[in-house]
Amino acid sequence: MLTAQFLYGGAGLALFVLGLWSFLVHEPLLRKIIALNITGAGVFHVLIAIAYRGDAAPPDPVPHALVLTGIVVAVSATALALMLGARLQDAEDEDRSR
Amino acid sequence: MSDPLMTAPLVLCIALPLLGALLVTALPRWSVSLGIVSALATAGAAVALTAAVWQQGTLHLILGGWDATLAIALHADGLAAALILMVNLVGLGISVYATDYFHDRLRVGAFWPLWLLLWAALNGLFLAGDLFNLYVMLELLGIAAAALGALTGNRDAVAANLRYLLVGLLGSISYLLGVALLYTAHGTLDLGLVAQRIAAAPELFAVDAAAMTLMVAGLALKAALFPLHFWLPPAHANAPAPVSAALSALVVKAAFYLILRLWLDLFWPITGMAAAMLLASLGAVAIVWGSWRALRAERLKLLAAYSTVAQIGYLFLFLPLLTATPPGPARDDLLAALLLMALTHGFAKAGFFLAAGLVQTHAGHDRIDDLGGTAQRLPATTFAIAMAGSALIGLPPSGSFIGKWLLMQSAIATGQWWWVVVVTTGSLLASAYVFRVLSRAFGLEPTPVRFVTDARAEVPALTLALVSVAVLGLASGPLWRLLELGSAGGGA
Amino acid sequence: MSADPGAARRRDLSLLLAVLLALLGVALTIIYFMALQAGAAPRLADLAYARLPGTGVQNPVTAVLLNYRAYDTLMELAVLLAALLGIWSLGPAAPGFQRSGAVLAGMVSWIVPLLIVTGGYLLWVGGYAPGGAFQAGALLGAAGVIVRLAGDPRAGLPAEAAQRWLLVLGVLVFTLVGLGLMVFGAGFLTYPPKLAKWLILAIEMAATVAIAVALAAAYVGGRPPGPEARPTAADEDAEPQPPASSPRPPVPGR
Repeated sequence: MLTAQFLYGGAGLALFVLGLWSFLVHEPLLRKIIALNITGAGVFHVLIAIAYRGDAAPPDPVPHALVLTGIVVAVSATALALMLGARLQDAEDEDRSR
Repeated sequence: MSDPLMTAPLVLCIALPLLGALLVTALPRWSVSLGIVSALATAGAAVALTAAVWQQGTLHLILGGWDATLAIALHADGLAAALILMVNLVGLGISVYATDYFHDRLRVGAFWPLWLLLWAALNGLFLAGDLFNLYVMLELLGIAAAALGALTGNRDAVAANLRYLLVGLLGSISYLLGVALLYTAHGTLDLGLVAQRIAAAPELFAVDAAAMTLMVAGLALKAALFPLHFWLPPAHANAPAPVSAALSALVVKAAFYLILRLWLDLFWPITGMAAAMLLASLGAVAIVWGSWRALRAERLKLLAAYSTVAQIGYLFLFLPLLTATPPGPARDDLLAALLLMALTHGFAKAGFFLAAGLVQTHAGHDRIDDLGGTAQRLPATTFAIAMAGSALIGLPPSGSFIGKWLLMQSAIATGQWWWVVVVTTGSLLASAYVFRVLSRAFGLEPTPVRFVTDARAEVPALTLALVSVAVLGLASGPLWRLLELGSAGGGA
Repeated sequence: MSADPGAARRRDLSLLLAVLLALLGVALTIIYFMALQAGAAPRLADLAYARLPGTGVQNPVTAVLLNYRAYDTLMELAVLLAALLGIWSLGPAAPGFQRSGAVLAGMVSWIVPLLIVTGGYLLWVGGYAPGGAFQAGALLGAAGVIVRLAGDPRAGLPAEAAQRWLLVLGVLVFTLVGLGLMVFGAGFLTYPPKLAKWLILAIEMAATVAIAVALAAAYVGGRPPGPEARPTAADEDAEPQPPASSPRPPVPGR
């Protein structure tokens, strides 16, 4: 049971680090936003792994609920970031055409 | 503790601005009047909260009537109450100022709901007693702050606040990973219970230290601790003036408060001198670097933003001193001094930004070199800048004078004399940048005809600046009592 | 080339970063392993199941979301609202897509009702099985996205004034229920077990509407277009284009 939990959570940590790397290295906004989402997904994976209690027992519902809350927060932040990015693009296009 | 009337302010401080935000969203036509009513009601709840903590000490409320481990708790001690009072009074000032600042109908409609949501997030953050709930509050704060900062819609503001949003998100994710590790190891999310379990399980030092590193690093990013401050100056300098005031005076302070809260209440069994020294050294660099950049800034609002970087640095200097001082009156003094610095900066920086906004609206720009004659055109505003500036320097009788005095006293008492050099350098640089503004503002022009030219906009700035200088400095006694009532001393 | 040394330095830097982050990853994995073995194992799970009968729902995740930690969910709805208000503050929405052709329009008229029914089912089933307001809201929001892609500039949502009320509905009902319970002496968001089921259902319905509207409106990407942008009833009737290509059988008597 511990092995499955460890592997799943470890994969989440790998995603966290990969996302972090991509966020720091890549310049384009879209890649940064995707990187942040991957980083967040990594943390959510860790939470899901903690919830696992073996095949016999039902999972811990608390981390599941935290992940659901986290997803809505992540969606909201991503939406705002994308719109700010689009707005910035518009402003830059206007500057260029002037 | 269980008297529902006494704990009602805990809930109302969060529910009232939230309800206000909903009403101004649904009825944009009445956003100004509804917004002001909500601001007054929220500030009233904050005063009631402080009074309740004053009368009966720490308030604690478990929401939903479940076991403490399972549910979310709201918690207010003296430290939280004092900061809540500052945040809500400054918030009220910003609200009054905003009624006269925004004129475009669409902008008015966009400002009020986001501002009230930001306010609810601030109060929620100061009162939260649950690690995951703090994450939600941080995100609400970050999203509302970035949206407000981009409100002018010009390119620089959008770019700066997009960066602020992304950096803030990274900070919250790092914080959340720390929370996940703590839940894995200790099995609960309640701040007080996790603190007990950390103290009871010294063999988990490595896990707790890793969680602390992730959480504090994420929050330091949000608190703009050098070298993670790069996002702050453009974001704060390009926002509309009332928003700049809120971001610089309140939002950054909330992130620092959370670091302090974790440091004192959660991780106190494992915090060591090395970590405290690291954070304080970064704070020291922030003081010198931020003040230097403020001195070199060409625009008034950019100067104020860099000054925030420096002022946050002072707060981090207290960490090694708190670690080195054994519990007792000396430590209580130190904590009160820290609080006094934070409160003074809150009032002073808000007043400074509001006044800078007025200068900008009247002159059409905020270039420091072309400020000649501002003292004649806007005497009350210039006076507010001077007052706020003297609080930023730490001149008597401002609250930060007492704060810095106690800080230096403690630095010498604990043998960490080098912080005295940093504080002195910072204060000298601060007086240089404040007097640079004032010397320009007092050009050689005729004596002003009227002191106050535009009451609704000038009075809030003036009041906030006056509070930072006179009220907090001359009447700081109650802070000590408020802190004694709270458990801010942590597990000591 | 002057760009060459710069590019090389950037590559070196990202390599260094990769090494450092790999070390961080290894350290975090070891720490995580230690945390798993700390012996906190049942954590909150047993308690959450033990208290389930008094929550008014049978699905433990819904119990956490809307009862034990309802305050988190309330604030999370506020986060969604803040993001949408931020999007609206950036200006009006882009004009949208051109009217869809017959095939897409026909598919939309099948898929959207299906999504609405499935959303309603998920909302109801959330009381005792996986499902709930978020899943239902996401499906309804997706329906809005499809309608927008098919050419309705407002994604099937009502005019701005009504949209604003729908948006705040979730947080409003949530807060008012919470404060109402406080007024009647139960405490903020402390449901009496007898009423819990119905209060949670009311909150979930309001939250579903608010989430769906917020997601669809976020996809529209700006303040909603005015009434003139909305296709009129006449357009709607004339819509399925030349009758010959209409996938729907012609309705007699029209």
